[in-house]
Amino acid sequence: MSINQTVASKAALENEMRTPAQETTVETQREGIAVEEGKTVGTPYSDNPKFKLRNVEVFYGENRAIKNISLDIARNEVISFIGPSGCGKSTFLRCLNRMNDSIGICQVKGELLLDGENIYSAKNDVVELRARVGMVFQKPNPFPKSIYDNVAYGPRIHGLANRKADLDEIVENSLRKAGLWNEAKDRLHDMATGMSGGQQQRLCIARAIAVSPEVILMDEPCSALDPIATAKVEELIAEMSESYTIVIVTHSMQQAARVSNRTAYFHLGHLVEVNETTKVFTSPEHELTESYITGRFG
Amino acid sequence: MTEQRSQAEIVRQSLKKRYRKERRFRLYGMVAIFIALASLFILFADIINKGHTGFIKTTITLDVSLDGEQMYLTDPTDAEQRSMADFSAPIIAALEELIPGTETGAQRRELKGLVGNYAPNEISDLLRANPELLNTTQTFEFQAHDQVSVYVKHADDPKYSIRLSEQQQEWVDYLQGQGVIDTSFNDTLFQRGDSRDPGNAGILGAIVGSLLTMLVTLVISFPMGIAAAVYLEEFAPQNKITDFIEVNINNLAAVPSIIFGLLGLAVFIGLFGMPRSIPVVGGLVLALMTLPTIIISSRAAIKSVPPSIREAAEGIGASKMQVVLHHVIPLAMPGMLTGSIIGMAQALGETAPLLLIGMVAFIVDVPEGFFDSATVLPVQIYLWASSSEQGFIELASAGIMVLLTFMISMNALAIWLRKRLERRW
Amino acid sequence: MQTAHLLLLILVLTPVAYSLALMRSRAVAEPLGGIRNLKALPFYYAARAALWCAIPALIVLGVWAAFEGRVIQALVIASLPQDAWPEGAGRASLMLSQISNVAAGKLDATMVPDYIAAASSVLEDLRDRSENFKATLVILIAILGAAFAWTRVAAHINARENVERALRWTFFFCAAVAVLTTAGIVFSVLFETLRFFERVPISDFLFSTSWSPQTALRADQVGSEGAFGVIPLFTGTLLISAIALLVAVPTGLLSAVYLSEYASKRARSVIKPLMELLAGIPTVVYGFFAALTVAPFIRDLASMVGLEASSQSALAAGLVMGIMIIPFVSSLSDDVINAVPQAMRDGSLALGATQSETMKKVIFPAALPGIMGGILLAASRAIGETMIVVMAAGLAANLTANPLESVTTVTVQIASLLVGDQEFDSAKTLSAFALGALLFIVTLALNVVALKIVRKYREQYD
Repeated sequence: MSINQTVASKAALENEMRTPAQETTVETQREGIAVEEGKTVGTPYSDNPKFKLRNVEVFYGENRAIKNISLDIARNEVISFIGPSGCGKSTFLRCLNRMNDSIGICQVKGELLLDGENIYSAKNDVVELRARVGMVFQKPNPFPKSIYDNVAYGPRIHGLANRKADLDEIVENSLRKAGLWNEAKDRLHDMATGMSGGQQQRLCIARAIAVSPEVILMDEPCSALDPIATAKVEELIAEMSESYTIVIVTHSMQQAARVSNRTAYFHLGHLVEVNETTKVFTSPEHELTESYITGRFG
Repeated sequence: MTEQRSQAEIVRQSLKKRYRKERRFRLYGMVAIFIALASLFILFADIINKGHTGFIKTTITLDVSLDGEQMYLTDPTDAEQRSMADFSAPIIAALEELIPGTETGAQRRELKGLVGNYAPNEISDLLRANPELLNTTQTFEFQAHDQVSVYVKHADDPKYSIRLSEQQQEWVDYLQGQGVIDTSFNDTLFQRGDSRDPGNAGILGAIVGSLLTMLVTLVISFPMGIAAAVYLEEFAPQNKITDFIEVNINNLAAVPSIIFGLLGLAVFIGLFGMPRSIPVVGGLVLALMTLPTIIISSRAAIKSVPPSIREAAEGIGASKMQVVLHHVIPLAMPGMLTGSIIGMAQALGETAPLLLIGMVAFIVDVPEGFFDSATVLPVQIYLWASSSEQGFIELASAGIMVLLTFMISMNALAIWLRKRLERRW
Repeated sequence: MQTAHLLLLILVLTPVAYSLALMRSRAVAEPLGGIRNLKALPFYYAARAALWCAIPALIVLGVWAAFEGRVIQALVIASLPQDAWPEGAGRASLMLSQISNVAAGKLDATMVPDYIAAASSVLEDLRDRSENFKATLVILIAILGAAFAWTRVAAHINARENVERALRWTFFFCAAVAVLTTAGIVFSVLFETLRFFERVPISDFLFSTSWSPQTALRADQVGSEGAFGVIPLFTGTLLISAIALLVAVPTGLLSAVYLSEYASKRARSVIKPLMELLAGIPTVVYGFFAALTVAPFIRDLASMVGLEASSQSALAAGLVMGIMIIPFVSSLSDDVINAVPQAMRDGSLALGATQSETMKKVIFPAALPGIMGGILLAASRAIGETMIVVMAAGLAANLTANPLESVTTVTVQIASLLVGDQEFDSAKTLSAFALGALLFIVTLALNVVALKIVRKYREQYD
């Protein structure tokens, strides 16, 4: 029983009752299309998956935000979660690294297995989990420290480097992988907050990489960036997919089309369809998916 | 893959130490809170411990035969006779009857030492008002002497020194057994002003003084504070003058209270020649001190009124002033009220500035008007606490209990009002 | 008439003015077809009349009453024969009280020199004339004001604007009172301080290390060389404040951290008000506690361990003051910690940091400027505190760093020098004002710096 689990699930600050976008007023029945619970069309499952998620349900108090979702996330794939606002994609994403723990009224049910082990079981530690499953947020959130210290933060707290030289190496590698080394190498000790939005987000990616995670979760990573910065980050994602499993939540269907192998379409807490990206965007199997991508709602 | 595996191993190994640090950190936090709350608790316990006996008075009930011959008195209406009369004689006689075997002069003096110093005055007052009671027997409930009171209440407390002789202690025990000496609720505390004698001292004077002073403070600072807040929030242009005013208000909010005492001394008493030690001057000084607090909290209340209400009113054609008077102020009133009540509660407990303007005199009478000499409750407590007479310690503590009760009720009132009148936009 | 009666009279005249103007405005409106043809509601014409009646009269009454006493006193002194004029403010006030006692009949005229008796009749005469003049003037102004406003009741006159302008100016003056108060403080303290520095050189004051404010009443009095060095007072203040901060800062900070990060909502809703209670307790109660419980306890504890502690030790005063300041530090830190954006916490937690690591390495450093500002404000509070030290600390200036000894502070000296009988012009009394000036400047500086830091910090996140 990790202390963090008990502590985190009870630490609900007043302005911390963040309930991500709840159900909007989109009707469940639209043009007579029904959603069946627990039934996902397409290819939700794979062999030897990195993440095996079965019958996942998430409750905010009485409200059921995620309704009986089952999905596999394959190793080294890039899978994007798409869907209209409030459909639960971010909520679902945050289950994978247990970030929902810090919201007091949030309850997660079901089986969530990482490499076969249930991440919510009492004997698996959340700190360890987060070292293996990293996260990049929607709005870049560098610490008010130097660039070096931002990237070095993760390795420092987990004790991943014994000597300064090792730490320097980790920082340089991470910044290189994030495509930031050339821009940052001469100002490693300047404040990270002095960088542009795009640079800050790449810094956050470098920071996440520095801990050598296995999976990287990205919650709309480009939505606060301009198109050029977005392009750079998307390039990065393509390169990173060789070494990491990446799950990316995105509002932009074009982005999903550009970067991911598979795409999962969420609708009001249900997982409607999962398929190879090209298939989802050219010949989707489910009517709701088709309505979304053709812009009838969203 | 293997590289990643060993990374996970490293992380796992560091966990135990990190969780230990986490537990220690939490512990420090809990200890800190414990220290703060424990101090609060100890403070309250100490005050109650010292003060609860202040609410108890010790009395001696005697049937006194008002023998004119004993008192050298034939006509109680004659002032000169009264000034020469011996009013303690019948008291001693009454005691002698209860305690057989007291004959010597020394013993009679010791008997006299059992009743309070003002006991003879009670007889004198009674006879002056009702001269026909001369040579009758009346029952009196006298205040016991302070030393008797100390003995009865604090015999086992090492901090108190018992100044009764062995003989007197025996007598007191005996009379207590007979029910002649008894303890009861100290209503004197709430009926009288200050006195040299702890047994006769009360806080009524201080309470009335505090009330009058608070009234002056309220009448001055509440309207002015609201007016100032309204000006700053609604009408003030963005210029240097406004900035200057705001800077001044913020600074005044943090100036030590004793400086306001200096201001009161130099300006109200020195320049305007007002008399010292009256509620009006005290109220003025406290008003100046409370003004910044009320202004700041009223501004916050005004800010919280949503602009949509203002726009709606202006849309109907109300002038700016009308919007403010008819809509903003009433809607902001709950916040302004709670801020003011809290400011008043703080002013109630202030001592230092009032010391400087002279409210530290020994005042026996209960003040009747705003221009009578008065003292306030915290100053009275200070005077008693600094006194060398041990009987005043429990009175000071009792006074503190009364003061704290007032303050806690005011704060509770503020919180209740805020909950009751709160509006969720 | 007495001031109070005049006030009452004005209070009565005002509604009369109001009603008269109200009636007139309605009367004016009727032939025009109703009140909507007036530029303003009848209420405003009436209110204008009320304001014109009350405000000028009140201002004149206030100013007259404020300065009446002093002016009469000066005139009475001037009326004395030249050789009887008093030499100092002390003598002057003595004579004046004699004169007024004779006038009040408390002192028999035969027991004082002739010129005093003569002056007392001058006093009475002046007082009478002042009263009459005052009454006449005030009543006249009130009536004239009301009459003026009454004549200005006409359909084309927008009384609402006049009334609202008057209100705006009133509000402005209420806000400007803050400036007046500061000016009052500065001037009242400044003049006396300057007079003090005429007697005691400023270098002595600031740099001498002994404080013993006894001045000679007579030139040949022995052992009364006054020493007015402020350094021992400042070290005393600093010693006690340092002890207080040592208690309050760790306790307050750690409590704030625990409450904002670890405590459940219910625990927070119970603990926070209790801690706020600590801030609401009057300082005289703390002083009582310090002097009568904590100080003897420390003295006994020290003697058990073999050390000698004064019964008015700096430690006792400092400890209790620290307890009083805990809620300052705690609630300011709490605000500052909560202001750090959640995104920062999320970023750190997502990297796998524990809550304490996040707090220690990310949030605390980010919140540090704000916390520093809070500590400075708490320090300023400690330095300006009076009652706790008056009751628990000593009167003798002692230059020491030993918390078990007795020291005195700036505020204690101000209080003890000005409470009780004062000789007006002696260096002793004036030194209290000089101390007040010093205290005002120091706390002001601390507050300004603290607010600057907190504001700059807040800008970072807004």
